[in-house]
Amino acid sequence: MSPDFLNTIEVILNGLMAGVMYSLVALGFVLIFKASGIFNYAQGVMALFAAMTLVGFQTGQVPFSHLINAVFGTSIHSFGWTLPAVVAVLLTVVVMILFAILVERLVLKHLVNQEPIILFMATIGLAYFMEGMGDLMWGSEMKILDVGVPQGGSLWLEEFTAGWATEGSTYYGMYIDRLDIVATVVAIVLVISLTLFSQYTRTGRALRAVADDHQAALSVGISLRKIWVIVWAIAGIVAMVAGIMWGAKSGVQFSLSLIALKALPVLILGGFTSIPGAIIGGLIIGVGEKLFEYGVGPLIGGATENWFAYVLALIFLVFRPQGLFGDKIIERV
Amino acid sequence: MKNHGTSLVSNIEPGQEVLSVQNISLSFGGVKALTDISFDLVKGEVRAIIGPNGAGKSSMLNVINGFYHPQEGEVFYCGQKRNAMKPHQIAHQGIARTFQNIALFKGMSTLDNIMTGRFTHMKTNVLQHAFWRGPAEQEEIENRLKVEEIIDFLEIQTIRKTPVGRLPYGLQKRVELGRALAAEPVLLLLDEPMAGMNIEEKEDMSRFILDVQEEFGTTIALIEHDMGVVMDISDRVVVLDYGKKIGDGTPDEVRNNQAVIDAYLGVPHE
Ligand SMILES: Nc1ncnc2c1ncn2[C@@H]1O[C@H](COP(=O)(O)OP(=O)(O)O)[C@@H](O)[C@H]1O
Ligand SMILES: [Mg+2]
Repeated sequence: MSPDFLNTIEVILNGLMAGVMYSLVALGFVLIFKASGIFNYAQGVMALFAAMTLVGFQTGQVPFSHLINAVFGTSIHSFGWTLPAVVAVLLTVVVMILFAILVERLVLKHLVNQEPIILFMATIGLAYFMEGMGDLMWGSEMKILDVGVPQGGSLWLEEFTAGWATEGSTYYGMYIDRLDIVATVVAIVLVISLTLFSQYTRTGRALRAVADDHQAALSVGISLRKIWVIVWAIAGIVAMVAGIMWGAKSGVQFSLSLIALKALPVLILGGFTSIPGAIIGGLIIGVGEKLFEYGVGPLIGGATENWFAYVLALIFLVFRPQGLFGDKIIERV
Repeated sequence: MKNHGTSLVSNIEPGQEVLSVQNISLSFGGVKALTDISFDLVKGEVRAIIGPNGAGKSSMLNVINGFYHPQEGEVFYCGQKRNAMKPHQIAHQGIARTFQNIALFKGMSTLDNIMTGRFTHMKTNVLQHAFWRGPAEQEEIENRLKVEEIIDFLEIQTIRKTPVGRLPYGLQKRVELGRALAAEPVLLLLDEPMAGMNIEEKEDMSRFILDVQEEFGTTIALIEHDMGVVMDISDRVVVLDYGKKIGDGTPDEVRNNQAVIDAYLGVPHE
């Protein structure tokens, strides 16, 4: 195999790994949108908040310590322990579930049957509230997130593939970040579990039922409010997974919440209501932007990854506004 | 594996009252949809509710299953006065329904749609579903068997796996009936189950309704426009017109009631 070909393969693989992340974030959006028709602006901040909470638990930070110290003149900061990553993750899951319950009690419950735009505004409020809450609880400085996944390329893969190139050519093997590999495996497991859950359990069917028809769901005994809590909790957990992956790569700081922006083009490609759409849309954008940068980037000065996804989305909006999987929208006349 | 309805109805004998509405008035802004309506349903009967379009028939069912809350009047269910309740709570008390405009879960298969009808009979919770497969799986299997019985009963084995959105209208109506039957309801509310059907489909549907009544002793409230069907399969009939009750009795009594003839049979409907 020629080194060029192998390099292209490597680019595609790296694209798929980046795409997995986009898919996850988009998945969070789709889950909430399907169940309640809400475009959740706070999805990105939820990822940030979850990552901050995880680091906070892991490093034994006292939540609200700045506030407590300011009010009581104390100077506590840390419980003085460090928790194993697994425990911290489980605690974060609990926090995200509590968060879902609070959102339902304090916000959604009062906004039933409102216009989508009002619900959207509510989630903007929610996003800023959570951002502030995160800072207040855990401090606003950038944090290092380390859940024990090694960074750096997989040496094994490099050595394994180094011999693949045609003899005589210079090829050093494929470089794929181990963190990306782990993240991809986790994401795949997550998506498969979610799929099984929604296909073969009472709660899963109820989630799908609510996504399809509220009245009919009520008529078979499904409580919409319970389902909303469950959906927000799942979206929170998905956000957490995305937050961990991104946070482990580039640190936990405000910019993490901007991954939500990358989910927008994915949603336009995949459609707002299609879970397979979110996954495949994410992968297409991940691969597309990496290949474009590899093939075309050098000719036009690089940094194409900043805009490629949005331009692709724009092209889709013009030629296929219903997304890859949506039904064709035919105007009623 | 039983919902709350089963125990509520256990001390009601056939022929005794399962549900009654008393002096129900319901209005939307200025529109009076129902005015001072009272009638009852006794265990095991098919009770037709008829009347011209806009008479308030659907509104009546919506009051019974909790979608609408009347401004005045009371609902008695299994001998007890019912407090204001949410529709999903009422479903747990054994009241199931179909809709005038089909309300199926379009993206789901026939099987899954009918499976959702078992919701009130399943007791495992979301944590068990997420982590602890044992009891959840057991429950899934038991309820699946029940659903298969209903699929056989309604003769829809061949469309078991088909997404319902792709089914023809008549079959969708049948699946919707299946979903309501899966709840093993004490009281089954059918809002125009035969609207838009051809004669053959209507005959099938009539047969299913009578079979349900006979085999399961289910009490059935049926809204239907086809007078032939109503006369054939109902035990008693309530007639509404402009939100008021203008007739109540056996099909023969209603047919010979002058007010009904004037208001309903006399005027062309649809
Ligand atoms: N949700 C609603 N909002 C406003 N008006 C309604 C609503 N539901 C029913 N109505 C009105 O109540 C009256 C009775 O309607 P309905 O119960 O659907 O009649 P039917 O089922 O007998 O055709 C109609 O005038 C209808 O417009
Ligand atoms: Mg009606």
